[in-house]
Amino acid sequence: MLSFIGRSVVQKTITLFFVSIVSFLIIHLAPGKPSQVDPLNPKFTPEVVERFKKEFHLDKPLYVQYVYFYHDLFTGKTVSWKDNQSVLKKILERFLNSLPLFFVGTLITWTLSFPVGIRSAIFRGGIYDRSATFLSYLLISIPGFFFAYVLIIFVVTYFHVPVIGMETFGIGDAPATYLFMDRIWHLLLPSVLSATGGIAVLSRYVRSQMLEVEGQDYIRTARAKGLPSEQVHYKHALRNALLPFVTMFGLILPGLIGGSVIIESIFSWPGMGRMAYEAILARDYPIILTVNFVSAVLVLVGTFISDLLYLVVDPRIRL
Amino acid sequence: MNMDKQIFRKDFYIEPPPPPKRTRMQEFQRLFGQNRLAILGLFIFILFFCCAVAGLFLTSGSRPIFDPAMIRLQEKLRPPLAKANLDSLQPQEVPVLGVYLMGTDDLGRDVFARMLQGAWVSLTVGFVAVGISVLIGMFMGGIAGYFGQHHIRTDHVLFTLALILGTGMVIANFTFIGTVILLLCLAYIFYSLLARPGSTEKETPALKAMLHSHAVSVDTLIMRIVDIMLCFPSFFLILTVVALLPASIYNIMIVIGLTSWMGTTRFVRAEFLSLREQDFVAAAKALGLSTFRIIFRHIMPNAIAPVLVSATIGIASAILTEAGLSFLGFGVPPPHATWGNILSNGKNFIFDAPWLTFIPGIAILIVVLSFNLFGEGLRDILNPKLRERY
Repeated sequence: MLSFIGRSVVQKTITLFFVSIVSFLIIHLAPGKPSQVDPLNPKFTPEVVERFKKEFHLDKPLYVQYVYFYHDLFTGKTVSWKDNQSVLKKILERFLNSLPLFFVGTLITWTLSFPVGIRSAIFRGGIYDRSATFLSYLLISIPGFFFAYVLIIFVVTYFHVPVIGMETFGIGDAPATYLFMDRIWHLLLPSVLSATGGIAVLSRYVRSQMLEVEGQDYIRTARAKGLPSEQVHYKHALRNALLPFVTMFGLILPGLIGGSVIIESIFSWPGMGRMAYEAILARDYPIILTVNFVSAVLVLVGTFISDLLYLVVDPRIRL
Repeated sequence: MNMDKQIFRKDFYIEPPPPPKRTRMQEFQRLFGQNRLAILGLFIFILFFCCAVAGLFLTSGSRPIFDPAMIRLQEKLRPPLAKANLDSLQPQEVPVLGVYLMGTDDLGRDVFARMLQGAWVSLTVGFVAVGISVLIGMFMGGIAGYFGQHHIRTDHVLFTLALILGTGMVIANFTFIGTVILLLCLAYIFYSLLARPGSTEKETPALKAMLHSHAVSVDTLIMRIVDIMLCFPSFFLILTVVALLPASIYNIMIVIGLTSWMGTTRFVRAEFLSLREQDFVAAAKALGLSTFRIIFRHIMPNAIAPVLVSATIGIASAILTEAGLSFLGFGVPPPHATWGNILSNGKNFIFDAPWLTFIPGIAILIVVLSFNLFGEGLRDILNPKLRERY
């Protein structure tokens, strides 16, 4: 156990090191320079460009820039090139905005897909199963931005509530319940949208896991003992089918920072994805690299947690 | 003759196992015929393919039949199936059928013509991107699975690193140091070529033994590369690269292809690991076939099933990714239409002209759905558990 933890920490650190190199190279070797991003701006005289380059070490060779960047990142001194604010502070601020979206989205995904998947598996091949299957294909295939507009049209025409942004503009000092409901309405659509793909995939996965367990011998034994079918399904089958999903708690971690670029820009939601998108447009390299780095860390930590959870819940596995 | 043999050596004769009642192809057709959703998927795909090819011919050239770039400002935002207003149009501006089949957009361009033009973009992006990713994935997976146990020697690792470092330095204007490193590499190649004949007789010195020690196995190396690639948030990475590179449809294809090969690599590697130990590979080796032939003629066809399934679903997700990128305004430069940018333009008129949102949206939905249905159907059909036993 300890040796497994030690080994995987070392391995993941090495992976992270290479990720940092690759992402740095991708950004810096791409054509175009950050100092050229706004050539028409009259304030961008050659002297200013020169000072800009000196300030952010852009005149140094690449490997020196690499060391400077990650040194700044680990000491928390990285600043955005656009507005000279601390990158970590900006990310934290946007992260707190994305958090409710992520939380509600995940909640919807997990609470909906389990009942749907289990019911599909129990009534395999029936009309419910087939329509759930088709519906999940439909949800996987629908482009998020199109679905977003369909939902916006629907909600705005039938419920007459504003849905763009985090809250209604200029709502100011409305009563608390009103503010609360306003927040809920604004939160609802983006989180439903971010959950659609997840519901479809997860419910299919639940279904296939359930089916696999239902085919096992011990389920037949349980039936042969004459147990009521609820007990067979929910006590014997479901508990064993749940095993792989415990480990998925680790794998949803990267979704924390990913944020959906498209959905956040449609709903003008000031979250992570939108900040990353704006940073890409402005060639704000420190933000792009930091977001990339943090999400790589989250992926690695997530796989690590899921490996550990596997170890804990499944006694057959010895690493 | 079989009868003679049977009579002649009746006591020894063992009945050969009966051949399968159906060939693999017949079995495939039977299962495919049962899967109605997969048939539907295939049918829509063929229809889409024909539309895209027809669209390429009908909308390109100097005098296209459906002109996607023809601007008629007096005819803007006409609903679908609206008749063209013949009084206000020049003769060359009149649409072919006299009707705007899918309406016009805010510049009076025929949406039907633009959809036809966009179909080809979606089709090529899907196929080329997935083609690239499948080729890389099969290559890497094949190497990792077949040569996985081979080790790379330390000196080879050092040599490769030096080569990359030298090239990088030459590119980054450190010509002197870069050239020295590259010359050292060249010298090492000559040294290893010359030193080979006599090397077995001498006692190997400690340094050389260390250099020749096994550093890392091929399998580990490739799987670590896969791990590194999986750490990147894929849509964000694609967006970054596409935004930094000049706008072109080829960049999108290449970038999507280069960021989505990891799944294929894992599938192919897993298949190769089990197939490599099978008897037919041992037989092929015993017959003295070349490694290349064993890999591509004997193992690959058996490992292709999961690749096909993931490729079909990969096409669907590549089309979605491309549409998302065009929606955000990257990718194909503006006058050229894609389904994503038709929708992106149309969103400003979502309440006045909903067809500008719904037509491309539903088109993307149907095409992606058809690929997903076909892919999942294929997965069921190729699943050996569902085959009828003889």
